[in-house]
Order: sequence, then structure tokens, then C-alpha cells
Amino acid sequence: MTGYIEPMVGRYVHVEIDGAPNRIYFEEAGTGIPLVCLHTAGSDGRQWRHLLADKEFTRHFRIIAFDMPWHGKSNPPANWNGEEYRLTTERYTQTILAFCHALALEKPVVMGCSIGGRIVLNLAIAHASDFRALIGLEAADFQAPWYDTEWLNRPDIHGGEVCAALVSGLIAPQSPAPQRMETLWAYKQGGPGVFKGDLYFYRVDGDLRGRVEAIDTRVCPLFLLTGEYDFSCMPEDTLRTASSIDGADITIMEQLGHFPMSENPEQFRRYIAPVLNQIRQQQKI
Amino acid sequence: LKKSDGDVTGAFIKIPALLERHPALITRGRFLEVECLLGSTEQSFHISIRSGRITDMTPAPVLMRSWRFAYRATPQAWTAFWQPMPKAGWHDLLALSKRGAAVLEGDIQPFLTHLQYFKDLLALPRRSGGVS
Repeated sequence: MTGYIEPMVGRYVHVEIDGAPNRIYFEEAGTGIPLVCLHTAGSDGRQWRHLLADKEFTRHFRIIAFDMPWHGKSNPPANWNGEEYRLTTERYTQTILAFCHALALEKPVVMGCSIGGRIVLNLAIAHASDFRALIGLEAADFQAPWYDTEWLNRPDIHGGEVCAALVSGLIAPQSPAPQRMETLWAYKQGGPGVFKGDLYFYRVDGDLRGRVEAIDTRVCPLFLLTGEYDFSCMPEDTLRTASSIDGADITIMEQLGHFPMSENPEQFRRYIAPVLNQIRQQQKI
Repeated sequence: LKKSDGDVTGAFIKIPALLERHPALITRGRFLEVECLLGSTEQSFHISIRSGRITDMTPAPVLMRSWRFAYRATPQAWTAFWQPMPKAGWHDLLALSKRGAAVLEGDIQPFLTHLQYFKDLLALPRRSGGVS
């Protein structure tokens, strides 16, 4: 065998969500503190492949990235009848809790990006004691919409092309071309209406304004990191959100946009390494 | 026109020739046939696109000429957008419209159907030095 084989291993776990069986695909690498990673709307767990392949991080963390149902290699649930997919706060929260339970993860860290960052805030509000730490990338309690999601799924416009073209501007111009193209490729591959359905949670159902004040970072530390080039979840959105949360740890990341872990893994590493180190140190106390 | 406005207009006038130097972009737009209005809020152009090529570009206004959609940004926004490494918030057509520095009007179906084409087309002056 001469080919380089990456360290992560992919498997399927059967998880019941909302009373229906789901076959969830996940990849994992490493040992130690469980760290569950949530991908952005309309994409899948491949966004985390550089973190999963990081020799230093995987010495201390069991890093796990799963594809949400309807995304990547996780099919829609067995009882799906073709009706329009819509992610809700309740369903998203249930999915994460059920996945963590199915793998018997003990007080994991959860790191989510974009919609994953938004749901991390909801976990901090409603389920803080279940988690060791929470990390929200490109996270805010709300952000102003910048396009109409009706354009994402209609027969006269290629869904993959329009989804990718829309989010292409959220990638920082400094990001390397191969990583930019790979990040967009996942958007081109998404199922019809899936990105739009995820954004139902983001735009309609998941407005957390007036609720984040309830977050108690003494129960579960909260880290928020946002890229300066993200004009969807702008740095000021994260700063405004954090101003209502005592003890939230905030970082504005230079030369990064909405997809830090996939658009420029090297630059993202500079910012996430100290956060993961801090979580490890806290573990030792 | 102020000097910066004139520079932006000058950059726009060069776009058809720049496009001819990017055959992959023409190929991307091979199914695009549209009349649109593109430019700055000070000087826009009626642009005809056929099979991804700009076949006509005429300064607006033109009496009673119609267009499907218009994308117009302030001269300051175009200047910032065309910098070799644009600053955050000035780096994308929809970042400009979100911040109110550009306006997208009309029937935007062809714009969204060919969104990456228009993003790349209108970024061409950046690659050729932009404006100062």
C-alpha cells in the first residue's frame, strides 16, 4: 500500500429523531475529549476534514463530524414522503442531542458554524449542563437577510449553481483557490431545497434575540469566533450577541469569511488552537 | 464627473475587451441572452449580452430602451470592490447591496441564474489593476 490514507474513519449510526429512524453518517478521528462539529447550511461534514486530520488536535480530542439528515451521506429519514424540507430549532436541537446520545458521548464539546453556530447558542440557552464547552463560528442571535431564499429552489434556476454563487462572496479573498473551490463544491452537490430548508431555521424559526441573555457561561463556557469577511453573520452581529452574554469569549478572525474551517484551514487553526487549548486546560482543573 | 467617477466609467468601458480575454467566462455564460443596465450610480450602461459575449454597450440614458435588471453601485463602492485585495464588506456584489452601496433592480431572474458569471464579469477590472 503506497497511497496516503487520512486518519479519519467514516461510519453510519442509526438514530431516532422525531420518532423516525435516521441513518446518520459521521467521520471521526482522535481520542480524548469528544468534540462534535456541525457543518453550515446546505453543506456537509467534509467541511471539517482538515480539523479531523490535525495530528495535534486529535491527540487530545475525539473529533466527530456528522452529516445532518438530507446532507452529504446522511439520507432523509426513512419516513420522508417528499414534502418540503424545513429545519426547525426543535428538530435541529433534537438531532444533535440524539446523535450525541447514540454515540454515548459524555459531556461533549460542540462546535458549529453558521446555522451550526446559531444552534450552539440555543444549546447554551437550553442544554448548557449537557456540554463541556460550546463554540460558535459565524454565530449570532440574528442577522439581517441579504437575499430572498425563494431563489434557491425553483425549476428555472440551477440550484447547485445559485447556492454556490451566492455563498462564494462569503469566502475571504485571501483564501486559497483549492479550498475556495472545495467549499463551493459541497454547495453545488446539495439536494434540491436543502439549503433553503436549513435557512428556514436561520431566517424564520431560529431568531434568538432577547433569549441569549439567559446563557450562563459558568455552567458551560461559550466561545464565539467570526471571520471579518463574513457579511452574512457580520462581526458586529457576533459582537452585539456577545454583549448580552456575560463571560462569552469573542474573537474576530482576520482574513477569514463564513467557512473558516474549510476555506482557509491554516488561518483558522491559528484561532481555534488557543480555544481548544483553553478547553483542555479547563478540563484539568 | 469627478475624477474617481470618470475612472470608474473608464474601467467599465474596458470590460467587454477584458471579457474577450477570458474564454472560460464566456463559456460559463454561453446560455445567457439579456439586456441589462450595469454601472455606477453616476454613469450606467445599457449592455446586451448574447451567448455570454457583450455585443453592445451604450451609455445610459437611451430614450425608451428597456432592460431586464440593473445593478448599480456608487463610484466609491466600485473603487473599493476593484482593489487587488478588497476590504471586508466591499469584496462581493451582494456585500455591496447589503450595505446599501449598490442597488439591484428589475427582473433579477437572469442575474441569479448566471450569478457567478456576473460576479466574475464585474470583477474583471480588479484583475487588470482596478482604479485608484
